Amino acid sequence: MAASAGIRAGRTPARRVAAGVSSPWVLRGASVLFVLGLWEWAGRVPVNIAFPTCTETLAAFGEMLVDGTFAEAYAETAGPLIVGVLLTAAGGVFAGLVMGLSPRAEWLGLPVFIVLQASPSAAIVPLITFIYGIGFTAKVFAVVLLSAPVIVLNSYRGIANTPRSLLEMSNAFLASRWQRIWKVVIPAGSGLIFAGLRLGLAQGFTGAVLAELIITPTGVGDLITFYRSGADYPKMFAAILSIILVASVSVTLLQNLERRLFRPEMRAI
Amino acid sequence: MAFSLLVWFAIWEVVGQLDLVSLLPPFSEVITAFPEVVSSGTFADAAWITLQAFLIGMGLSFAIGIGVGMLMGTSRAVGSVMGMWVNIFESSPLTAIVPALMALLGFGLETMIVTVFLFSVWVIALDTQVGVERVNPSLVEMGRSFGATKRVLYSRIVLHAALPELLAGIRLGLIRGLKGVIIGQLLIAVLGVGYLFELYSRNFLMPEFWALLIILFTFAFMASEAVAYFERKVAFYASSR
Amino acid sequence: MTDRASITSEPGVGAPAADGRDPAVRIVDLVKEFPGGVRALGGLTFDVPRGELTSIIGPSGCGKTTTLKIIGGLVDATSGRVDVDGVPVTGPGPDRAFVFQDFALMPWATVLRNVAFGLELRGLPREEREDIARAYVDKVGLSGFEDSYPHQLSGGMRQRVGLARALAVDADILLMDEPFASVDEQIRRQFQDDLLRLLSDENKTVIFVTHSIEEAVYVSDQVVLLTRGPSSVSKVVRPGVDRSGSSDEIRRDPAYLDWVEQIWHELRGYLER
Repeated sequence: MAASAGIRAGRTPARRVAAGVSSPWVLRGASVLFVLGLWEWAGRVPVNIAFPTCTETLAAFGEMLVDGTFAEAYAETAGPLIVGVLLTAAGGVFAGLVMGLSPRAEWLGLPVFIVLQASPSAAIVPLITFIYGIGFTAKVFAVVLLSAPVIVLNSYRGIANTPRSLLEMSNAFLASRWQRIWKVVIPAGSGLIFAGLRLGLAQGFTGAVLAELIITPTGVGDLITFYRSGADYPKMFAAILSIILVASVSVTLLQNLERRLFRPEMRAI
Repeated sequence: MAFSLLVWFAIWEVVGQLDLVSLLPPFSEVITAFPEVVSSGTFADAAWITLQAFLIGMGLSFAIGIGVGMLMGTSRAVGSVMGMWVNIFESSPLTAIVPALMALLGFGLETMIVTVFLFSVWVIALDTQVGVERVNPSLVEMGRSFGATKRVLYSRIVLHAALPELLAGIRLGLIRGLKGVIIGQLLIAVLGVGYLFELYSRNFLMPEFWALLIILFTFAFMASEAVAYFERKVAFYASSR
Repeated sequence: MTDRASITSEPGVGAPAADGRDPAVRIVDLVKEFPGGVRALGGLTFDVPRGELTSIIGPSGCGKTTTLKIIGGLVDATSGRVDVDGVPVTGPGPDRAFVFQDFALMPWATVLRNVAFGLELRGLPREEREDIARAYVDKVGLSGFEDSYPHQLSGGMRQRVGLARALAVDADILLMDEPFASVDEQIRRQFQDDLLRLLSDENKTVIFVTHSIEEAVYVSDQVVLLTRGPSSVSKVVRPGVDRSGSSDEIRRDPAYLDWVEQIWHELRGYLER
């Protein structure tokens, strides 16, 4: 501590300014401004008739925010998304747990989820309407379909990869099977389980949007399709921008929570 | 362990024979549909255009993703700035962008190529960055002490040292790229394998639908396992870097 | 503790303890073969006298840790007998407590919880087990760190947590697997003295695996030398170091240094074969 204070005291004002300028947040802010500027220029050229300028898009964004279009749309999208993610979280973590603890369940279930994870299961989405129609359930199913593999597989990996030394230690101190699972295996795997939930949320957003673009026009997906067919490109781009922001912010919030709860030092000792 | 899939196929056959779910024909009918699907002219066209979009899009992803990833890994400033953008897009529902691409680029191959690229480039860049960051500085110093130029340093030493993470990123990128091409085609709905899916499901040709799906899933799985094979081959030095 | 210095000429038969009690652990013809055909132990026979500190020493890979884990019931023997208090070992038990070489602490739990873990598994109510744990945390010199997490501690401190955890369950037999291996030399010597002090008022039998000859001679009443794998017992030695002096005096005592030399020569014979 004393050493760095000495270094800081020794920095000239110019150096301190330079150090401040190269701080990550300043650079990032600068990059945002740069991208917005580039976007504005591209829209004015115009690079493409369907490409609105930055200002047009932001204006449309503000309009939709104020007149409640966004509120209405997100209220519709949020329902299946939240229900789907919660369902998959509960069911998926449980399935991963069972697969991690039972060799038979692992044998039966793992190949299925590995295949689902690697494959474009989005292809199944159009089929959903045949069973679940075009309502709420169909959209929940789409969310579940896309988010389940990553949640299940991460939970499985967290449970199945408990450090051997901790297992040996609990054995040495006479832990029963349930004590071992509850007090050692699950806490040791909770980091990966949480990571799976974060990834599952991101996939859930994809499922929700896909359902709204393919199955039934509601919510944010409907906004996008509607404004595209009406050639109202500023509003279409604004809607797309909004879902990207909402998704990134929610996933980043989860990621920060994850980092605080599961610091790397807490993992491998 | 993969033999459990056979058990699942057996269950599928039973479910289909008992007509429990209208969507699921007996597995045996799906198998007999394979030759019909594959030999049809529409399949050849669809597969060809899908493959084109996939390969070109992935090629772009590799080139740009690995390049940007290496930059991000070597320069802290670039890493922190680009990192913000890459992370934003990596966790976003990129599906939402596809309608915009359709408006900008139309309903053809270009849109599909860009979709594949956009779906896959982020994870490739991120994993490349991690791989480069993990390279032991002593390796780089060793190279410089023997007079290696920057080009040699990066292509010979850094690239090889970062290979495990790079391959992991490529594997994930392949999977996402494939998801991208399918989602793109589902939305565009007039081309490629996505169009075929639409066609089969609209006409309730379920055996054909599932046959096509299995073909697609098998392709995805084999591509992913091919990269995983190489990942395993370099894994031996992953922990001792 | 006895201080009769002796080397037994017959390998494998320990000199009887001064008070003639039954050995705490008796091992006869212990063989361990791992799947794949690797024979780690080729027939060990030795006794561990009650209430004393016995160390097991030998070249790397000779199966010291395996032997310890078999005594602890964590690994099964392929053949042979391992009796603890006259009863054959079938698994871990409340009569034996283990101190692990890599600490095996739960990173998500505080020091206090880690120390109390053995008691927690036994079902002791929280207040009771925390009181006991606190006493042992103090005994190993970590008071003030009860609410710290393992990642906030140095290697030496983490090992002390492991030791406190093993002491807290009050087992008669303490099994220590190279407990001071990951600690630097200065701290290591301090730990050796601390261990001796700790054990002086507990009435435990300790089996201690180490690859440091000085350490073995310094702390032990009996030293069992193993050959390289598939190992057998080459010698059992009772150094009988005079511990009345200070730590430095002991380490300069000619008798102590002679013992170290002798054991070193003995082991070197095996390394060069």
